[in-house]
Amino acid sequence: MNKTWNQKAWWLVTPVVILVAFNALVPMMTVVNYSVQETFGNNQFFWQGLDWFEDVLRSSRFHDALGRQVLFTVTILLIEVPLGVAIALCMPRSGIWVPVCLVLMALPMLIPWNVVGSMWNIMALPEIGLLGYVLNDVLGIAFDYTQDPVDAWITIVVMDVWHWTSLVVLLAYAGLVSIPDAYYQAAAIDGASRWAVFRHIQLPKMKNVLTIAILLRFIDSFNIYTEPFTLTGGGPGNSTTLLSIDLVKIALGQFDLGPAGAMSLIYFAITLLVSWLFYTLMTRNDAP
Amino acid sequence: MKPKALVPLVYILFLMTPIYWLVAMSFKTTNEILAGFSLFPQTFTLDAYRTIFTDPTWYWGYINSILYVTLNTVISVAVALPAAYAFSRYRFLGDKQLFFWLLTNRMAPAAVFALPFFQLYSAVGLFDTHIAVALAHTLFNVPLAVWILEGFMRGVPRELDETAFVDGYSFPRFFTTVFIPTIKAGVGVAAFFCFMFSWVELLLAKTLTAVEAKPIAATMTRTASSSGYELGLLAAAGTLTIIPGAIVIWFVRNYIAKGFAMGRV
Repeated sequence: MNKTWNQKAWWLVTPVVILVAFNALVPMMTVVNYSVQETFGNNQFFWQGLDWFEDVLRSSRFHDALGRQVLFTVTILLIEVPLGVAIALCMPRSGIWVPVCLVLMALPMLIPWNVVGSMWNIMALPEIGLLGYVLNDVLGIAFDYTQDPVDAWITIVVMDVWHWTSLVVLLAYAGLVSIPDAYYQAAAIDGASRWAVFRHIQLPKMKNVLTIAILLRFIDSFNIYTEPFTLTGGGPGNSTTLLSIDLVKIALGQFDLGPAGAMSLIYFAITLLVSWLFYTLMTRNDAP
Repeated sequence: MKPKALVPLVYILFLMTPIYWLVAMSFKTTNEILAGFSLFPQTFTLDAYRTIFTDPTWYWGYINSILYVTLNTVISVAVALPAAYAFSRYRFLGDKQLFFWLLTNRMAPAAVFALPFFQLYSAVGLFDTHIAVALAHTLFNVPLAVWILEGFMRGVPRELDETAFVDGYSFPRFFTTVFIPTIKAGVGVAAFFCFMFSWVELLLAKTLTAVEAKPIAATMTRTASSSGYELGLLAAAGTLTIIPGAIVIWFVRNYIAKGFAMGRV
């Protein structure tokens, strides 16, 4: 669409700018402030320069947490995106059951995050939980996420798949139903294979919405805190301590404001950089 | 039935299983839950629900949550509407940069903001009020609302605006009586998302409240830690947190797929 230049449009965005600036800039400056100072309590601060940034970037604790975070995000993206697309492809294009299916699918996303965590916490408990009972007593697989790091990882990944795959399904489905029937008829006349229809008709039509899906899933899984914290508390040991959990431990648990500030900024910068790459990709062909 | 149709059914079954487990558990006594595995409640009890509806610390948790979520939804949509219109219709100095800057706030980890928010809202005297949580949640909801509304507004042809201005409509009158009704589906979807993300967020809501505005989710975590594990009560409280979301989603069911696509299909 052709847009006209009009500087008065700034008046329309002013309320948003003021509100978001209050919420984003003041706290961000607080974090920057902490990240370059050292405190020994009593509200006395000393200039520390960039030492905290160096410390964080060199600490093996940060590397480990970042490694676990990347592993988690990559794992859930690799599962949720193909699975979501596959389910969307199997959905009927219309019918009275479609809205019901969509509402049921969206339901997990509307449950408060700590409830999601507690739900899976209890369900995966050996002996008394549904999942733990079925695995241990019916299938005979030894499973205890409170003791075994691998089981803990499986539980948080399955929980996230349960929680968020529907987002990909709904987005992919919205892309699919927007394809006119004529496209499919033309493909049928040309004798196109199922794969060719997917590759040349369905996938291009889903490209925009899938980019949104991957972007949102990346952001939210990279920032995830409440669900794994309620489920495993970061344990057993530190095996499921993701970046946010580690950050909250340092900032609110140990009250090490300097390192926490530096870590916050590095963390945010990583999220921002990756998101920016996605965003540029997404808006390459259309003006925002 | 074609085998293909089974895939969504199996998926929905997978989604519903944990929810069933939660609901079933809410009708059990804590002793039964801890005693061992049972698929159906053996001694069916409504005690947990009775506790929640009679104990003020419990039911006020729900009222607090609904209050700040509603406030947040109203504020977010109200400020996002004119901004989204500006982004969808005009080019102005720094528009792309501003749009991306807004989106960056959706990308900020909540954990980064927990401590500074606590200090900021304490400093301005809003700590432990509903408005504090509502304002804090606008950090990620306003950018999202602008993004969704811009997507929907983009689909409205410019001719609508131009005809209205030729007919002598002033901008505020055009915007409220012509334009907003045209994109009411988009407004509904944006409001739904603001409601959803404010309802499910806990970290900031918990950090910014103590007693007066404590959300239900925080009441739950504190109960779990203080009095051991009252699992039946926890399950009942969890079950009740699903209901507001389920009601709200029913209103936007026909736009839900398009809504999740942020209007961009």
